[in-house]
Amino acid sequence: MTTLSAAAEEARRDAVQSYKPKRKWTIGRILNKTLFWALIVFLFTYTLFPYVWAFLSSIRPNSANGQIPVQYWPENLTWEHYQYVFSERSGFLPALRNSAIVSFSVVIISIAFGASAAYALGRLRFRGRSFVLYTILSMTTFPAIAILGTLFQVVRQANIYDTVFALIFSYLIFTLPFTVWTLTNFFRAMPGELEESALVDGASPFRAFWQILLPLALPGLVTTGLLAFINAWNEFLFALTFTNSDRARTTPVVISSFSGNTQFDVPWGAIMAASVTVTLPLILLVLVFQRLIIGGLTAGAVKG
Amino acid sequence: MTQPVIPVPPSAAVVNPVQRRNEDAPRASWAKARERLAWAMVAPSMVVVIVVALYPLAQTVYYSFTDARLTRADEAVWRGLDQYRFLWEDRNFRGAFVNTVQFTILSVLFETILGMATALLIFSNFAGRGLLRTAILVPWAIPTVVSSRLWQYMFTEPYGVFNDITQYRLPQLVDWIPGIGSSLAGIFPAPGDSIPFLTDPTLSLFSIIAVDVWKTTPFMALLLLAGLQTIPGDVYEASNIDGATKWQQFWQITLPLVRPALLVALIFRTMDSFRVFDVVYVMKQGSLDTQTLAIYAQQALINGDRLGRTSAVAVVIFLCIALMVVAYTRLVRVEENS
Repeated sequence: MTTLSAAAEEARRDAVQSYKPKRKWTIGRILNKTLFWALIVFLFTYTLFPYVWAFLSSIRPNSANGQIPVQYWPENLTWEHYQYVFSERSGFLPALRNSAIVSFSVVIISIAFGASAAYALGRLRFRGRSFVLYTILSMTTFPAIAILGTLFQVVRQANIYDTVFALIFSYLIFTLPFTVWTLTNFFRAMPGELEESALVDGASPFRAFWQILLPLALPGLVTTGLLAFINAWNEFLFALTFTNSDRARTTPVVISSFSGNTQFDVPWGAIMAASVTVTLPLILLVLVFQRLIIGGLTAGAVKG
Repeated sequence: MTQPVIPVPPSAAVVNPVQRRNEDAPRASWAKARERLAWAMVAPSMVVVIVVALYPLAQTVYYSFTDARLTRADEAVWRGLDQYRFLWEDRNFRGAFVNTVQFTILSVLFETILGMATALLIFSNFAGRGLLRTAILVPWAIPTVVSSRLWQYMFTEPYGVFNDITQYRLPQLVDWIPGIGSSLAGIFPAPGDSIPFLTDPTLSLFSIIAVDVWKTTPFMALLLLAGLQTIPGDVYEASNIDGATKWQQFWQITLPLVRPALLVALIFRTMDSFRVFDVVYVMKQGSLDTQTLAIYAQQALINGDRLGRTSAVAVVIFLCIALMVVAYTRLVRVEENS
């Protein structure tokens, strides 16, 4: 399997690279090393500082958030912003609920539809196969903005404006084609003997899919599910356009609309508290599943 | 990962229990059943693609030639190229087009350079490379709306952290350098002289690009890293023996060999940047000086109820992106042939 060989290759490369004859410490080498580590420190700071800053701003009073010069180490810690965000006044809790409903539904539908289509496309020969495959592949680069107006029309006619159904329905356009395409490659890479032996034993192709190939495709299902979840959780354009109340608004829309009475009275503490809360589940997912996520992101790019 | 391999006698693998009884007729029905199953399994996805993408796309093209309104799209009257002519003459549309192109070129350029640097750093074997690879996933996973608001706060005038750094911290830092320190400190804005990162039209374009680069560099870096990992290690070992410098190795080995991955990453990012909406909308709330095509289209629909005009903009965006896809597939094919 590809993951195995990739890991082995990486281990081999590490071994080759870490074998270096001892060299003397010259001035040039010290300068080089310093520059190298400075670059690494810069990259870490650049990558993580905005998020750390958001967290610090979420636990200090707003008077400190608008202070000049800036207060780098927070004094007077407070949870008031989190209390506000989780109170009824902010409208954040319903948004969190809507985001969860939409994201989980999108993941389940994408996987159910996607895995079944991918099995047919990757394993069964049938007329029209390449037509279906290329239609779906061309959808993976589809710009959502190109259908915004007409999709709005469809949503209104179907009477699902300002409901979570409008979002679940429209999000499939960017999660489903990707899921089908990735899983098709996944199924295709599996050795053929697996299902043939089941077929010989008299199982139907559908049972071979359901009982043998699907469990083996679990890493692929998890990867595509994760990416679909993150995409749905973060989506903004459709959510902004197809909703207008607590009934269906998702967290990105609510966070984008938090504002004060004047330009000088922006509730940064609350904005940052909500931002930290929304991002936390994503960071946990990234920490736990980073290998699968990186694999899913780069799949197809290397093969060309 | 290991896979259970079930031993199958080679002859049994090709013969089917059904086929054994009668030769031709059952095989045909078997193939037919298989075809029916395949279509049944593909059908849900195809229905979704048709209902959510292909049908709306066809409708969009049609509406772009009409004066359709959201509220009464049925009464749309055919107007030929009127909408496109309007766009051609509209100063805001041309502004949005220029903004989008500027944004796309600059942000893709910056994130390619930064992404390449990150990928090379992670690829070079240092303690903590795994940590860096995990860390760069954080900006990627953060919702665009959230990252826009984080940076909006940091760019705020006058109390944002960037204004603090440029007015107070950096002058203090360089002042400490003996000799030239005090004159170096003079190039930074005086205390109280804050920089309008988000209100100045030119500066705000760059502020928005900075946010986009922060968010999308990880994707670039990971794709390039995957490309780097396909380069066989002995190529470097051989060139080391030949006495090549690191710089020569980068231009003559790394870059040519990572080119396919770079091309894929470039085209993905270019298409994505061209339809940019979230980051600009949240940071500037649709202000005209940095409006992009996607924002122009959304505003025409929501604030103007102009379905026809939105559709015309949508067609323009779609055609531009389709052109990029064609250019990309051409490039890749040329790569494969050469």
